[in-house]
Amino acid sequence: MPPRPDMPLPAPAAPAPVGPVPSTATRPSTAPRAPARRVLPWHWLGLLPFTIFALLFLILPTMKIVVGAFQTVDGTFTLENLRGLNTPSILSSYWVSIKLSVITAALGCAIGFAMAAAMILGRLPKGLRGPLLTFSGVASNFAGVPLAFAFIATLGPVGLVTIWLRTHMGIDLRAMGFNVLSFWGLVLTYLFFQIPLMILIITPAIDGLKREWREAAAILGASGWQYWRMVALPILFPSLLGTFALLFANSFGAVATAFALTGPQLNIVPIKLFAQIRGDVLGDPHLGYALAFGMIVITAIANTVYIVLRARSERWLK
Amino acid sequence: MIRVWSWGALLTGLVIMVLPLVGMTEFSLRMRRGEYSFDAYTKVLADPAFQQTFGYSVIMALFTIAFGVLLVVPTAYWVRLKMPWARPYVEFITLLPLVIPAIVVVFGYIRLYNTSSWLPLTGTAMGTNVLLMFGYAMLALPYMYRSVDTGLRTIDIATLTEAAQSLGAGWITILARIILPNVLVAVLSGAFLTFAIVIGEFTMAALLNRPAFGPYLQVLGANRAYEPAALAVVSFAITWGCMGLIQLVTRLSKHTRAQS
Repeated sequence: MPPRPDMPLPAPAAPAPVGPVPSTATRPSTAPRAPARRVLPWHWLGLLPFTIFALLFLILPTMKIVVGAFQTVDGTFTLENLRGLNTPSILSSYWVSIKLSVITAALGCAIGFAMAAAMILGRLPKGLRGPLLTFSGVASNFAGVPLAFAFIATLGPVGLVTIWLRTHMGIDLRAMGFNVLSFWGLVLTYLFFQIPLMILIITPAIDGLKREWREAAAILGASGWQYWRMVALPILFPSLLGTFALLFANSFGAVATAFALTGPQLNIVPIKLFAQIRGDVLGDPHLGYALAFGMIVITAIANTVYIVLRARSERWLK
Repeated sequence: MIRVWSWGALLTGLVIMVLPLVGMTEFSLRMRRGEYSFDAYTKVLADPAFQQTFGYSVIMALFTIAFGVLLVVPTAYWVRLKMPWARPYVEFITLLPLVIPAIVVVFGYIRLYNTSSWLPLTGTAMGTNVLLMFGYAMLALPYMYRSVDTGLRTIDIATLTEAAQSLGAGWITILARIILPNVLVAVLSGAFLTFAIVIGEFTMAALLNRPAFGPYLQVLGANRAYEPAALAVVSFAITWGCMGLIQLVTRLSKHTRAQS
């Protein structure tokens, strides 16, 4: 049984449960209290366990990395570490990572959007919706090592699809230069969880497209294509772009799938960082901080874009 | 015409999502030459290393769930009841684990809690287990908090609390016997999701060097052919089971609420 220094019940923090209670304005003062004795705001103590947990296991470890990225080994301020990132090997790992994330996010968005739109607006049987959404929930959570195995078993040298294509269609994937352990293999593998994630996030947005808008457009003489181009897509645009940013961050930080698929060779940032943490392959611990700091910056930008755009899109989709 | 396009889009996507599942299932049955068999499953399920790592991950998942519930339910309750102004801030913090990659956070753990630090958690196996559990709780925080907070929204916690207080209940009684049963469905949803996350987690366990299921899978994948596929099928079944249970408890709760 692990010790729990921050036992999270707010019991000791609570003010006396009887008698005059909180100074918050949530309660109408039915019984006027005689002397207006100011009760010290002890409420915040109820948040203490959560705050301690968040500080110790989320904020401080991240701050350690951020600060470390700007420190020399003896603790003085420096920009050398960030400058140290400017080597061909590290730059190319960032470049490959960004490329991978952009491609999988774009394809995930496109295919997921097409599927969600087909499901909602495509006049398909209503019974499809529930199973498809459930399946998306499962598939978007099925990432990591097992997913890599699934793709090796399907598209690997003796995988189901590879053999089928070779024996029935005469197509030799190998000879065509395709390898599941390569960049494009990784793209396909990531799509497995990017597409369902897109379906899950974009479905409420497409649901929010009001029928009246379509009818109004039709009355004004718009064709279906014009309706999409001038009404629906502009409304959905913040949602689409925001989800794109989320999918980008999702694949940018993923380690397990890529590691299980290709091992430590593939040159993308998370795997480089993994190797660095395990064995200091860069030969400079503070360069590792800088590498991790770069990851934080990139995912933070992507997520900020997501949050801002999400707030914008919610204006329409009440 | 629209229908044709719709089926086309749907089926294209489904091919990408279903083929790998078919592929891994078929592959996992191919161990015996020339015929389908469950050899890979019997072999891997009998492997002591599998049993140990899987057992370890299950226990870690249970502790993570227990800790997550103890942390999140009182916090979400307290924020809703007494400090509504703090909600956006707490919510923001609970979303941070989605923003900061897990590998970065665990890197921070290793540097912050190493043997020469003020809290040398990584010095002992037990300490590392505890650290890993906190890490898992951090990973699951966004889902757990969201789920519980949504659950709390559907009940009138202020009235419930006052009623309980006027009957003489203390805070622990209120939380354990009034609030928790009322948000049990939400808590269970969060718990099943946490379970699915912890069972398959690789990065943290590997970097903290703990014998969990994720790292075992990875090593197995590098050395064997058919067993990894069998375990991938098992993992998928677990994920599916967790999601199915979430749907089940949600549906059951709707029924009971409708009847009452």
